Amino acid sequence: MAVSTTQQSPRDETVVAPMTPSGIELPLVATARDHAADDSLPGEYPFTRGIFPDGFRGRMWTMRQYAGFGSAEDSNQRYKFLLDQGQTGLSVALDLPTQCGYDPTDPIARPEVGKVGVSLSNLSEMEILFDGIDLSKISTSFTINGTAAIIYAMYVACADKQGVPRSKLTGTIQNDILKEYVARGTWIFPVRPSMRLIADSILYANDETPRFNPISIAGAHVRDAGSTAVEEMAYTLANGLAYVDELIGRGGDVAKFAKRLSFFFYVHMDFFEEICKFRAGRRLWARLLRERYGVTDDKALMFRFGVVCGGSSLTAAQPYNNVMRVAIETMAAVLGGAQSIFTAAYDEAFQIPTEFAAELALRTQQVVAYESGIAKTVDPLGGSHLVECLTDRMEQEMIRVMDEIDAYGGVVKAIEDGWMQSKIAERALERKKNVDSRKTIIVGVNAFARSGEGAPTGEVFRLDPAAARRVTEKFEALRARRDNGAVERELARLSKAAENDRENLMPYLVDCAHAYATVGEIVERLKGRWGNFQEPVGL
Amino acid sequence: MTTISAAAPLKGKRILIAKPGLDGHDVGAKVIALALRDAGAEVIYTGLRKTPDYVARVAVDEDVDAVGLSVLSGSHRDLVQQTRASLEAIGAGDIPLFLGGTIPAEDWPDLYALGVKQIYTSEMPLADVVASIAKTLK
Repeated sequence: MAVSTTQQSPRDETVVAPMTPSGIELPLVATARDHAADDSLPGEYPFTRGIFPDGFRGRMWTMRQYAGFGSAEDSNQRYKFLLDQGQTGLSVALDLPTQCGYDPTDPIARPEVGKVGVSLSNLSEMEILFDGIDLSKISTSFTINGTAAIIYAMYVACADKQGVPRSKLTGTIQNDILKEYVARGTWIFPVRPSMRLIADSILYANDETPRFNPISIAGAHVRDAGSTAVEEMAYTLANGLAYVDELIGRGGDVAKFAKRLSFFFYVHMDFFEEICKFRAGRRLWARLLRERYGVTDDKALMFRFGVVCGGSSLTAAQPYNNVMRVAIETMAAVLGGAQSIFTAAYDEAFQIPTEFAAELALRTQQVVAYESGIAKTVDPLGGSHLVECLTDRMEQEMIRVMDEIDAYGGVVKAIEDGWMQSKIAERALERKKNVDSRKTIIVGVNAFARSGEGAPTGEVFRLDPAAARRVTEKFEALRARRDNGAVERELARLSKAAENDRENLMPYLVDCAHAYATVGEIVERLKGRWGNFQEPVGL
Repeated sequence: MTTISAAAPLKGKRILIAKPGLDGHDVGAKVIALALRDAGAEVIYTGLRKTPDYVARVAVDEDVDAVGLSVLSGSHRDLVQQTRASLEAIGAGDIPLFLGGTIPAEDWPDLYALGVKQIYTSEMPLADVVASIAKTLK
C-alpha cells in the first residue's frame, strides 16, 4: 500500500537538530580533541567501558519481561508461558492496591484490583503465583516500592514454604521510595520512616539473602515523567547517595552493602545519548563512591543496572512503529552495557499488552542478542570520538544537576518541599510543547501522520472481569481460614518493634507473612505509628 | 459573560484537575493543569489518590466550572461513573466532566454516555485541548 508522506512533512524535517534532547550540543565531526583520554578497560575502575571484562560473552543480559495481571493464577500461567519461550527471569507487576498498601476489599482499592498487575495481598497468593516455579532456579524482579519490605518478606516466607534456602534466592526488589515521591506516586508513609524501612530491608537482605538485590534505584519513572536523560541519571545517583548515607547512619558497611545496590533506567530514542548516559553514570557512580566514601573494593564500585525500553517514547498513533523504536532502544541498552533488559510491547502505549505483542517484544531482544552481533565485543563503541565526547559532557552535566540538588539542601528536602516534583512537571510541559511545535519530531504523531488515522486497531487485551471478584472471594476465605489470633500477635509485635528506630523490622515482617497477615493490615499498623505522607500539591 | 481572548481563552474559569483512585501517573494531570493555567484559568489540583466523593466535594467547595479527571490505570469507567454519582449526590451533576489518560477508543462511546464531555489523550496538542475546553465552557 502506498503511503503518502507529503502532507505534514515540510522541509524542516530534513534538518537534523545539533542538540541532544538533554540540550548538549553535538560536534559536526568529533575528533580526539573533543574528549579526555580514558584508557580504562572493561572491568576496570572507573568502569566507563562496563563492569565485566568479558562483557556479554561471559554472560548474556537477563531478558526480563514485566508481566502480571488479574489473579495469581492468571499470572502464574503467563509466567510459565514466558519461561517456556526462553525468558530467563521473571518480573512481577503488582496491582495498585498491593503497591499502595490496601487490601482488595478496601473501597478505594475495588476498581483497581488486578488491573495493572497481579493482586498479592498475602502469602497464600504468592504461593499460588510461584506454584510449580522453583525459586532457587529463577531470578525474580518485583516492581514494588511503598510496600516493598512487605512483599520481600513474603518472598522470603514463600521460599521457606518451598523448602528453598534463603541464600539461594536471586532477583531484585525495586524498593526505591524516593523516586515514588517524585514521579511514580505509590508512596505511603512520610519520607523519614520510609527511608528507615528501606535501610531495614537492605541490611537484612545483605545477611539473609546475599544473592538478592534489595533495591533497584530507579530513574526510569522520573524519565518517563518528563526529565531528560541527564536529569534521569543525576537524580538517580543523588537518590542513591541518600540511601548510602541512610545505611551508613544505621551502621551499615558501605563496602558491603554497595555490592547489592542496583539501578534501573528508561531507554528512550536518542541513540548515542542513551549509550553515553550509561557510560557516564557508571563512571560517575564509581568515582563518587571511591572519592566521597573511600570505597576501594571494585565489586562495591560496580554500577549494575537494568533498563526498560519503550514507555513514553512509544506512541498510540501508528503503533507498529513502536517495534522499530524498541529495537533501536534495545541496541542502545546493549551498547551501554545493561545487565538486564525489558522490552515494552508495541501496544503498551494504549493497553495491557496482548500475548502476541509481549512475545514480539521478547523476540526483539533475542534478535539483537543472537543475530545482530553487537554483543560479541565488549563496549564496541569505546574510543569513538563522539561516544567519548558525549560521555564526558553528559557526566559534567550530571554533576551540575547533582550540585543543584545539594545546593537546595539535598534530595529529601527537595522532595518534601515538592521542588523536584515541580521541576519534573515543568520539564514535561516543555517536552509536550516541543512536540506540539514540532521542534521534536515523532513519526506518526506530528510528522508523517496520515490524515483520518484513527485509534489503533487490532487484537485487544481484556481482563477477565471475574478475576477481581475471585481475588476478593479468596481474600475473604483466607481471613476466615487462617489463625487470626496468630495474625494479631505478629502484628502487635511488629507495631511494638516499629517504636524503636534502630530495630530492624524485617524479621517481624517475615513472621507476619508466615502468619498470613495481609498487606493492608500490616500497612495500617505502620501508619498508626508513622502517619501518611502529605503530598505537596502546589503547581 | 467572559469574552474569549486568544491569549487567555480560559480567563475567569475555575477548573479542578483530579486524580481519582490509586493511579500515581500525574504527569499528564500536571501538564494539563499548567497549560490551563497558562491559558488563563484558575486551576486547583487535588494531588494523588483521591476518592470520587472527595473530588466532588472539592469541586463544589471551590465552585469550579469544570472537573478534569486523569486516569491511566484502566479504571476510567468505574471512576467516571463514581465521580458522576458523587457529583449528582450533592446536587452538582451539572458540572462538566472531562477525562484524560490512557483510554482505549472503544470505551469512548460508553464514557460519553456516562456524561463525559470530552476525552483527551497525551498525543493531542495542548492548544487543541485548551480550545476544546474553552469551547465547551463558553
